[in-house]
Amino acid sequence: MGALETGLIFGLVALGVYISFRILDFPDLTVDGSFPLGAGVAAVAIVSGVDPWIATFMATFAGALAGALTAWLNVKLGIMNLLASILVMIALYSINLRIMGKPNIALLGETTVISAVENGPIAYYFAIPMLLAVIVAVVMVLVALLLQSEFGLSLRATGSNQRMARSNGVNTGLATILGMALANALVGLAGALFAQSQGSADITMGVGVIVIGLAAVIGGEALLSTRTVVLAVIAAVVGAVLYRLAIAFALNADVIGLKAQDLNLVTALLVTIAIVLPRFKKQRSPKSKAV
Amino acid sequence: MIDVKALDVYFNRGLPIENHVLRGLSLSIEQGQFVTVIGSNGAGKSTLLNALSGDVNISGGEISIGDQRVDHLQCHQRASMVARVFQDPMAGTCEKLSIAENLALAMRRGKKRGLGWALRRQYQQQFVAALSELGLGLEKRLDDQMGLLSGGQRQAVSLLMATLQPMQILLLDEHTAALDPKTAKFVLELSEQYIRKRKLTALMVTHSMQQALDHGDRTIMLHEGQVVFDIHGPERDKMQIVDLLNLFAQTKGEQLSDDSLLLG
Repeated sequence: MGALETGLIFGLVALGVYISFRILDFPDLTVDGSFPLGAGVAAVAIVSGVDPWIATFMATFAGALAGALTAWLNVKLGIMNLLASILVMIALYSINLRIMGKPNIALLGETTVISAVENGPIAYYFAIPMLLAVIVAVVMVLVALLLQSEFGLSLRATGSNQRMARSNGVNTGLATILGMALANALVGLAGALFAQSQGSADITMGVGVIVIGLAAVIGGEALLSTRTVVLAVIAAVVGAVLYRLAIAFALNADVIGLKAQDLNLVTALLVTIAIVLPRFKKQRSPKSKAV
Repeated sequence: MIDVKALDVYFNRGLPIENHVLRGLSLSIEQGQFVTVIGSNGAGKSTLLNALSGDVNISGGEISIGDQRVDHLQCHQRASMVARVFQDPMAGTCEKLSIAENLALAMRRGKKRGLGWALRRQYQQQFVAALSELGLGLEKRLDDQMGLLSGGQRQAVSLLMATLQPMQILLLDEHTAALDPKTAKFVLELSEQYIRKRKLTALMVTHSMQQALDHGDRTIMLHEGQVVFDIHGPERDKMQIVDLLNLFAQTKGEQLSDDSLLLG
């Protein structure tokens, strides 16, 4: 699978992470569990003969349930948000094994969303990225529209100022649960597409997904303006694609001499740069020069 | 009509640090009345407002707004009846949302929120008109983020937001205390204007006895979780700060020790 395809799929993860971390101000590690959950649900459904689109939808729904569970632990049982997400992430490891029945499910030879276009009239190296780009674009438009709706406004108010949101009649507990469900639904969808593109679902494929999602969001913010939600949505996806391309470049350039085992080191470096970069940008801007 | 009967509020009940904040407080406010509330620190002023809005759970007593008992309703469920402005200018608005989005959020106070576009076209004119009334030039900055505004501007917008939709009671919790004197005067006059023009029922907590007498139709003083005096009409019109102090000394048999009430 190419860097562009992976980047687009992780664009969905980045959108989910943007909704939980940025919109709802909810540090959510459920992602490391809801990504393989989506992959597992989709793989099991496809192997047992379910239509791949329906299987992908089921995976999305499973992700939503995981996110809602995390938020429920936080809102209704009063467990700290980060801890609630860790609990669900750990629990999902067992749940995923139960759903999959084994640590790895191969999808080779099965009809998947991806395989359907692979054998189409257009060359597969065009068709697959195009299919993923269309899916991601549709999701981006829907998320951007939703965040500017009355419901979306109540999500954003909940993350920014709960007390004010409540006094304006927003049910902040429900908003958190629905928002987290949405965030993890996108991650579940990403997991399902990832499994179908690489031809298998694996129990360990969730490790570090949250870091990549966060890297994409922070990287996107460092490179592009996030003044409005539309720009922020674009920035998250662009961040994810550029991140995967940067990783691919770093690992493929023989001059640098990096190997696959250096991946996590490169990730850490890129995230560090992405966090530090905005500060340099600020220092170079004329406003701060004048001071 | 707001009716509070024998209201009890405890913080940390059953713990060694238990605090019995409101002790059987009763209060009845007629429709259209503008009540000012004074009292020293810890008297229970803010807790009374928080109990009315549903931010604080009550341990005993009854709260009715209109003809409806509301003590079992959560904060967001009372939003159609209660509007409020907080002491902290940052608390009443969302800094990450634009001015227009903040107003749009307040336009749906106490109503269902659907998937329709939040910044409805018909709001535009109403927002511009309402913001021009403030005279701060904010009508030209509808798309600016709330976080770019000063504390005074944000408090003025909070007040505007609170009055966009009908309510049974407006709660003002020392909403000018965090502002500089000039801005505080502006926001206070604005509040008075809104309350008079729309005949709102309002409860305004203030730390200043002078303010309490200068504004509103009725003044109540809280002390140790109860109403120690309640004055209105001609009796109140004649009163000076010193009369309030004497009244307090008479009723409680002690001197008021909180200087800030006198100096404010």
